Amino acid sequence: MSTSTDVIEQLATTDYKYGFVTDIEQDIAPKGLNEDIVRLISSKKHEPEWLLEWRLRAFRTWLRMEEPAWQNVQYDRVDYQAISYYAAPKEKKKLNSMDEVDPEIRATFDKLGIPLIEQQMLAGVAVDAVFDSVSVATTFRSKLAELGIIFCSFSEAVKDHPELVRQYLGSVVPHTDNFFAALNSAIFSDGSFVFVPKGVTCPMELSTYFRINAKETGQFERTLIICEDGASVSYLEGCTAPKRDENQLHAAVVELVALDRATIKYSTVQNWYPGDKHGVGGIYNFVTKRGHCRGVASKITWTQVETGSAVTWKYPSCILQGDDSVGEFYSVAVTNNRQQADTGTKMIHLGRNTRSTIVSKGISAGQGQNTYRGAVKIGKHATNARNYSQCDSLLIGDRCGAHTFPYLEIKNTSAKVEHEASTSKVGEDQIFYCEQRGISKEDAISMIVSGFCKEVFRELPMEFAVEAQKLLGISLEGSVG
Amino acid sequence: MSLLSIHDLHVTAEGKHILKGVSLDIQPGEVHAIMGPNGSGKSTLARALSGHPGYAVTSGRVLFNGEDLLDMDPDERARKGVFMAFQYPVEIPGVNNAYFLKAALNAVRKERGLDDLDAIDFMAVVKEKARLLEMDDSMLQRSVNEGFSGGEKKRNEIFHMAVLEPTLGILDETDSGLDIDALRIVSHGVNTLRREDRSFIVVTHYQRLLNYIVPDFVHVLSEGCVVRSGGCELALELEEKGYGWIEAGEARA
Amino acid sequence: MSTATLDERQAPYLAELDRFLRGRGDAAPARVRTLREQGLARFQSMGFPSTRDEAWRFTNVQALTSTPFRLGDGVPTNPMPLVQRVALPGAVRLVLLNGRFAPELSDLSAVPTGLKVGSLATALAQGAPECSHLGEAPMDAHPFAALNTAFLEDGALIAIRKGAVIDTPIHIVVITGGTGKTMVHPRVLLVAGEASQATVSLTLLTSAGEAHYTNLVTEAVIGEQAHIECVLDQRGTEGAFLTSNLHVSVARQGTFRLRTVTLGGRIVRNDASALLAGEGAHVDFDGVYLVDGSGLVDNHTTIDHATPHCTSHELYKGILDGKARAVFNGRIIVRLDAQKTDAKQTNRALLLSNDATINSNPQLEIFADDVKCTHGAAVGQLDDEALFYLRARGLTEQAARDLLIHAYAGEVLGRISVPGLRQQLERELFRQLERDLAEHTQAGAVPAAGATVDQE
Repeated sequence: MSTSTDVIEQLATTDYKYGFVTDIEQDIAPKGLNEDIVRLISSKKHEPEWLLEWRLRAFRTWLRMEEPAWQNVQYDRVDYQAISYYAAPKEKKKLNSMDEVDPEIRATFDKLGIPLIEQQMLAGVAVDAVFDSVSVATTFRSKLAELGIIFCSFSEAVKDHPELVRQYLGSVVPHTDNFFAALNSAIFSDGSFVFVPKGVTCPMELSTYFRINAKETGQFERTLIICEDGASVSYLEGCTAPKRDENQLHAAVVELVALDRATIKYSTVQNWYPGDKHGVGGIYNFVTKRGHCRGVASKITWTQVETGSAVTWKYPSCILQGDDSVGEFYSVAVTNNRQQADTGTKMIHLGRNTRSTIVSKGISAGQGQNTYRGAVKIGKHATNARNYSQCDSLLIGDRCGAHTFPYLEIKNTSAKVEHEASTSKVGEDQIFYCEQRGISKEDAISMIVSGFCKEVFRELPMEFAVEAQKLLGISLEGSVG
Repeated sequence: MSLLSIHDLHVTAEGKHILKGVSLDIQPGEVHAIMGPNGSGKSTLARALSGHPGYAVTSGRVLFNGEDLLDMDPDERARKGVFMAFQYPVEIPGVNNAYFLKAALNAVRKERGLDDLDAIDFMAVVKEKARLLEMDDSMLQRSVNEGFSGGEKKRNEIFHMAVLEPTLGILDETDSGLDIDALRIVSHGVNTLRREDRSFIVVTHYQRLLNYIVPDFVHVLSEGCVVRSGGCELALELEEKGYGWIEAGEARA
Repeated sequence: MSTATLDERQAPYLAELDRFLRGRGDAAPARVRTLREQGLARFQSMGFPSTRDEAWRFTNVQALTSTPFRLGDGVPTNPMPLVQRVALPGAVRLVLLNGRFAPELSDLSAVPTGLKVGSLATALAQGAPECSHLGEAPMDAHPFAALNTAFLEDGALIAIRKGAVIDTPIHIVVITGGTGKTMVHPRVLLVAGEASQATVSLTLLTSAGEAHYTNLVTEAVIGEQAHIECVLDQRGTEGAFLTSNLHVSVARQGTFRLRTVTLGGRIVRNDASALLAGEGAHVDFDGVYLVDGSGLVDNHTTIDHATPHCTSHELYKGILDGKARAVFNGRIIVRLDAQKTDAKQTNRALLLSNDATINSNPQLEIFADDVKCTHGAAVGQLDDEALFYLRARGLTEQAARDLLIHAYAGEVLGRISVPGLRQQLERELFRQLERDLAEHTQAGAVPAAGATVDQE
């Protein structure tokens, strides 16, 4: 193996910088999962009876379900009785302002570079931070409230806006949907809630940072975003976790609802701890994300940059029910060392003139395995539906793998469906070609990788695009856009 | 002083000993054609001179403008003025041709002690050179070599050379895969770039190219050694007799 | 493939072959006899394909194989107007009438230096050296190629000398027709020497009236650095059957470009296969087809990347109307040694009616690990928004529709480098589309009181 491939691997293998542990007093539930734990979580959060009932129904459903095995990943099965399903910083008193957040937690978020403090106002990002299981701070709440926008932790939404939560919770991802969605529905601890009322365009990016801190815990957050008629919002999510030798489970559910002419843009930079070079430790990232374009001409865009986690299993999807609605999925998934990702999307066309776009870029390095799994379904009544899919894989080195499984189901002949796929290697040839034109090796590599990811990066909000590039371990400055 | 002086060059690739002591001296302004049958080491010479990582120099010396060329990284060689037009130009998806060339040109200019060209000046340079190769403006905005036809790729190589203005241009089987029209355009581009302070090494399997780019010297490689050197009449002789007589001669020797 | 029923289907063909061999096929050179025997043996062992065979899954040839075709003893009356309709200005023209060279219809007066065009039978009789390439195309998976070889008699030989750049278009016109259901088995051999360059057009016509069957085999051998473009122009009548097997091998740095244009026929099956035999070789396989009524057009392509740095581009575009069916099967093989292969395959279909169907199947077999293979498929109807946009700019619906189809088909037709042929094919495409449209309008119109409307 020659040096240039080594350099790429090196650049792609920057050390996990977010692997520290914060020492704070934690309130942790005993390990194991049973109805009592579900009740405990619900009571810790002072939840209404209907929600407890909903959780219990989900739990009973989960007991009857089997863990899925069809995905193209291999991992040690999770021992669901060895996990603690609730961990929270010990509650001291109700927080009124940012200054009251535990200084240790704030220091952690500062270290993570999260714009949690007020001076970040200039950045125009409102942040909700979820630390292990509970949401610790939401900035800019009052400013958003003036516009009627609700941006708060899920627990607060249950308390303050029960009618909205009750109306929409589980309406996109029912608790019966799949094994991990059922598990999440039973024991979700917190998450974010966004509601944008009719006709309002959210003036700033909303952002949530998730962090798993405690040992032997899982994170099971739940996010619900609702955009009423003509409303729009852009929402960002970032994730990190400390380095630990055991695998930790992250089983989140995200539900998006877009009513008539509403627009939701949901962007993720996922950087959970991926485990070490030998595949020890790391997060199991088993997430159900789905958006429902319920109204006419509504639009949901998923953009994800997935660099972390030992095993990733997620398919942010769109149900295009409203006529003229639009679903988009832009993804960069990087697997290095022993990481495995089975990710993609589902676009389910039900309404007329619905359109969807899928752009998936998989980068495999080391012994990483990257699978794109996508489904495009055109329903019987989805006249003039259109889909464009593009899946490209980039292989770095010769011990990694890329796999593509596009599924297509068309029940209406007026559909227009296009699919393109390619697999290529970052060859020494490409690097040498750049060098032969006088460009240094480092610049050559960042040029090649950023060129490959271009279509996805340009979908990310500015700040995130920058972070995404850093996460690829490569300075991509100058060559994007 | 010679522009390029190769002394007893030995090169291996994938563990095979390919060049077995090649020596060559090139003065400024000269055009040297390297010919030979498949597997004789012509392209190996071109790639070794430009520093391709797949080719290891096991012994010998190469001086370029009096400096040790073999000691330099490939990008350093390029910045010093060694340009290779690839036999198989590489595609770089998502990287726009003009952007790429601007990065390359500014890297080369920096080495020459010149300031970066701004976008406007750069485009002026590029448009002029693009006309020389009869290139469409759209080729500048497409990704480097991506979706280019074989002929377009080769034109793009000579276009890069025209923009970067090297002192040594190495053409690695630039004629391969070209139809007659593309061959004329590419040759015209190269001939326009011929100057008394710029030299060329033209590697080719076929004599046809040398009807258009007339060399000062022709060298014939066989099994990693220069077996004949002469003027351009040597190319015609090869065309007539084929490579068989050389190979046969070698086999007997 | 060989079941009892299939044997029955073979019988009339074998009887006809017997008649041929004892009749006009009797006096053939030894080489021809040998090839015929090989062809017959292959055909007997394979039999006709059925939809149980993978390569024929969507193409039922029952209507063809159950028709008792005869070798045409007669010829179409007055074929000259047919020839004139397709003649290309300034071209060297060779006409094969019912499979045999027709000097009176050909124009070989301006054959340039470096080019040889003539009857294959004559070349075989004279023992022309190029004929050694005959029969190199594999018959194994192609029962119709085997059948063609069993009936081997005449065709065209085109040979281009080393280094010759032929600007004159070369035009081979294959006409099938006459009284009774006629079949023909013409053979075309194209041998392009090193660094040669030429364009060869093959136009296939059938005379109106009876259903006729043309079973063409084309073999092409492309030398190092040679650049050859081949247009396969298929303009059969509505009832015509057509099977075409084309096999090309391309040497180092050679380029072969195939443009297949199919405008008519009841069942059309095209098998095109390329062997990229030398480093840096390139092929383009492009196709455009218009199929309507209950017609079927099936394009099967195989590109075998056997050496490094070869490139292949495929673009097939179909326009389907009525209850038409189309099949595209694109097989790409990348051998273990064929590193740096760049293969791109695109298949598009435009459905003008809800009853038309297309089966599209990319088949990638990749054994090398540093390659770039891209395949894309798109099926859809005319873009309503674009139609509306054009109409909002004042175009009639038909003009807007024509413009869009023109642009769609133009991507392939525009690649044909013989201007006269390109224009002919564009005109022919639109003549047929207009006819289809007229049928639509008629069928859909509410008849005025007392008026009668012809409907099936």
